[in-house]
Amino acid sequence: MISELEMGKAESELELGLGLSLGGGTAAKIGKPGGGGAWGERGRLLTAKDFPSVGSKRAADSASHAGASPPRSSQVVGWPPIGSHRMNSLAAKSAREEEEAGKKKVKDDEPKDVNKKVQVGFIKVNMDGVAIGRKVDLNAHSSYENLAQTLEDMFFRGNPGTIGLTGQFTKPLRLLDGSSEFVLTYEDKEGDWMLVGDVPWRMFITSVKRLRVMKTSEANGLAARHQESNERQRK
Amino acid sequence: MDLRLPSKVLEHILSFVDSNEDRNSVSLVCKSWFETERRTRKRVIVRNCYAVTPEAVARRFPEMRSLTLKGKPHFADYNLVPDGWGGYAWPWIEAMAEKCPSLEELRLKRMVVTDECLEKIAASFKDFKVLVLTSCEGFSTDGLAAIAVACSNLRELELRECIVEDLGGDWLSYFPETLTSLVSLDFSCLDSEVKLSDLERLVSRSPNLKSLKLNRAVSLDALGSLLRLAPQLVELGTGSFSDKLDQEAVSKLSQAFSEMKELKSLSGLWDVLPEYIPLLYSVCPGLTSLNLSYATVQMPDLLELLTRCSNLQKLWVMDLIEDKGLEVVASSCKELRELRVFPSGAEGLNDTNVAMTEQGLVSVSEGCPNLESVLYFCVQFTNAAMVTIARNRPNLKCFRLCVMEPFAPDHKTQKPLDEGFKAIVERCKDLQRLSVSGLLTDKAFEYIGTHGKKLRMLSIAFAGDSDLMLHHLLSGCESLNKLEIRDCPFGDTALVANAAKLETMRSLWMSSCCVSFGACKLLSQKMPKLNVEVIDEHPLETRPDSSPVERIYIYRTLAGPRLDMPEFVWTIQKNPEIGVSHLAIK
Repeated sequence: MISELEMGKAESELELGLGLSLGGGTAAKIGKPGGGGAWGERGRLLTAKDFPSVGSKRAADSASHAGASPPRSSQVVGWPPIGSHRMNSLAAKSAREEEEAGKKKVKDDEPKDVNKKVQVGFIKVNMDGVAIGRKVDLNAHSSYENLAQTLEDMFFRGNPGTIGLTGQFTKPLRLLDGSSEFVLTYEDKEGDWMLVGDVPWRMFITSVKRLRVMKTSEANGLAARHQESNERQRK
Repeated sequence: MDLRLPSKVLEHILSFVDSNEDRNSVSLVCKSWFETERRTRKRVIVRNCYAVTPEAVARRFPEMRSLTLKGKPHFADYNLVPDGWGGYAWPWIEAMAEKCPSLEELRLKRMVVTDECLEKIAASFKDFKVLVLTSCEGFSTDGLAAIAVACSNLRELELRECIVEDLGGDWLSYFPETLTSLVSLDFSCLDSEVKLSDLERLVSRSPNLKSLKLNRAVSLDALGSLLRLAPQLVELGTGSFSDKLDQEAVSKLSQAFSEMKELKSLSGLWDVLPEYIPLLYSVCPGLTSLNLSYATVQMPDLLELLTRCSNLQKLWVMDLIEDKGLEVVASSCKELRELRVFPSGAEGLNDTNVAMTEQGLVSVSEGCPNLESVLYFCVQFTNAAMVTIARNRPNLKCFRLCVMEPFAPDHKTQKPLDEGFKAIVERCKDLQRLSVSGLLTDKAFEYIGTHGKKLRMLSIAFAGDSDLMLHHLLSGCESLNKLEIRDCPFGDTALVANAAKLETMRSLWMSSCCVSFGACKLLSQKMPKLNVEVIDEHPLETRPDSSPVERIYIYRTLAGPRLDMPEFVWTIQKNPEIGVSHLAIK
C-alpha cells in the first residue's frame, strides 16, 4: 500500500518539470532503483536470463565489477533489430542450405564452385548411435560455442541448426566442457582424429574435414592420440 | 458587411489543398474554416490509433474516403511488445461502417486485424477499393477470401510482412470473373501455393494491373507465363527463382523480361540461382527500386547486376554485397537516394576478417550525391567513417546505423562512437530520423540534443551512462516526435523533469531501463493528456514506488484511458493503489 507520506516524499524528490529545465547533475541525488553506477545498472538490466548459454557465474561477475563482457548479440531478445519476417526467412534459409548441401553432397566428385559460399563451408557430422549423418556450414559459425550450439540443436533437440539470430538459446553448452556424456571430435586433413577446441577457431576451420560427436568413454584415447600426432609433427 | 468567404468558394479552394499538414493549419484559422475543411477532407491519417476515438474521427470527417491507421509502437517489430497489448482494428471498422459507409481505402500498420474485421469491411463498404495491411496479424486466408469475393471494385490488395494464418491458397480463387479493376496485388508474405490457372486468369482480366508481388510458392516457370500476360507491370515481386528450367523455358523467360518496358521496381527473387541473374539484365537500366534483401545473390553476381542499374534510387540488399559491391554501387548508381543493408547471418560476430565494414557505406556516401536515407547493419564501425560520411552527405535525412554487437566501440581506436554521431548531427542539419548503436556515453546525447533540431524520430539501445542522456534529448531536440529506448540506464529524473515535453511528442517507449513505478504514477497524475502505460509481464505482487518497470509506453491522447487493455498493462486509472491489476478491463 502506498501511503500518502511516501507519495509526498516521491514528489519532493522528483521535481516535475513543467516547462522548466533541470540543471545537470541531479541524477546522483535520487535513489534510482537497482543501485548506482553505470555498470551496476547495466548488470541489473541484463540479468542472467539474458545470458543463458553462459550460466549464472557470468551474470554475477557482470553485476559486481565493470569491464565484464557485454552480452553477445545473439542472446538478447529483439536484437539485432530485424523484423520477424526477415528473421524467420534467415533461419529458414540456413536450414534449407544445409538440406540442399546434404542432397548435393550425395553426388560425389562434383567440382566445388568457389563462388558458392554455401557449399564450401559444409562438412559432415556424425553422432555415435545415430544412423543418419548431418551437414553443418562452418562458414555460418564464428566460434566453437556457436558450432556446439548448432550441433546440440541438431542432434539433441531435432531443430535445424540456426546461426544465432533467433536468440532462443536456453541450455548451457555441454559438448565443449567435457561434462556431458558426449564430446565433439574432428578429423583433420591428415586423417587424425582430435578433440575439438584445442586450436584457434580460424585454424580449425581450415583443417577440419569432418566432425563426430563421440561418446566420452570412447574419446579417452583421443587425448593420447592427439599428443602423439603433435609429437609426430614436431619431429 | 459580411467579409466571410462564401463556404462554396472556400470549399473549391480547399479542393486544391492536398497535404494534411496544410489542412490542419487551415482548420485552425477560424470556426468556419474548420467546418469547411472537415467536411471536405477525404484522406484521414491517424498515426496512433489510441490518440483519438474512432467515433470522434468519423464525426469530424464525414466525407472520409481513405483512412490510415497505425497501432502498435515500432519496437513491436522486434518482439518487444507482448502479444495481446492492443492495436485492434475492429472498433475503427465498426465505427466507419456505421458512420462512413462510403469509405473506399483502408491502410493499417501494426494492427490486429481479424477475419471478422475483413468480413465487416467486405459487407459494409460498397465501393471499397484499397486494402493495405503492413505488419498486421490476427487474420487468416479466409478473411482474404471474404474481401476477394465481395469487393467488386477492388483496386489494391497488399499484404506487407503480415503474419497470416495460412489455410491454403484457395482465397485467390474467390476473385470473381467480373473483377477487372485490379491495379495492385501483393501476397508475398503468404506461404501456401495459389492455383496458377486462377492467378493467370485474374492477371489477364486486369488490364490496369501495375503492381504484382508473388509469394515464394510461385515457381519460376509460372512467372514466365504471368509476365507474358502482364508486360505492363511497373512493380514486380517474383516468387522463388530457383527451379531448374530447360533451355527453351529460360529463353522464353528472358524474352518475357525484355518485353517489360515499364518495370521500375523489382523484389522477391527468393533462392535465386546465379545462372538466372542474367535474366534480369534487360530490366536493370529501367529500375528505380531493387529489393534484394531476401535474395541469396552473392558476389560477384551482384556486381554484374548492379553495374547495369544506373537509374536506381532505392536499393535494399544483404551484407553479402560486401565493401566491394558497395563500391560498385557508388560508381554505378548515381541516382541512389535510399540504401538499406541487412544482415545475412554470414558475417560472424567474432570474425576479424569481415567482408563488409564501414568502408562500404563511406564509398556510397562519396559516390552518390542524392543519398539521403541509410539503414546499415554491420559488425563494426569507426568514428572516422561517420565523420567522412557526414562531410560527404550533409543532405542525409535518415541515418540508422546498427552495429550489431551491443557496446561495440570504434574498432580502430577502441573509443566510444560519440564523435562519429556528433559529426552526423552537426553536419546533417535536416536529419529527421536517427538510430544509434555501439558504445556511446552521455556525450553522444549531449551532441544530439545540441544539434539535432530537426530530429523527429530517435531510436536508442544499450547506450549511455546516466539519466543525463535522456535529459539532453528531451530538453534539446525541439522537433522530437517519437523516442524509443531499450536497455539504457535512464531513470526517473530526466523523465519527470521533462514531462511537459511528452505532450509535444507522439510517443515515448522505454523498455529495460530504470524507470520506477513511482515515477509512472507521478507522471500519470500530473499529465492527464498522456496515457502512461506500464507493460509488465511479470509484475511483483505488491509494487513499491521504487520498483523498476519492465516497459513504459507514454503517448498523448484525446481519448483518455483505453478500454481494451490486457491484464499486463497498467495505467493509473486501472488500480492506482495496488498497482497490479488483477482484473483485465474489457
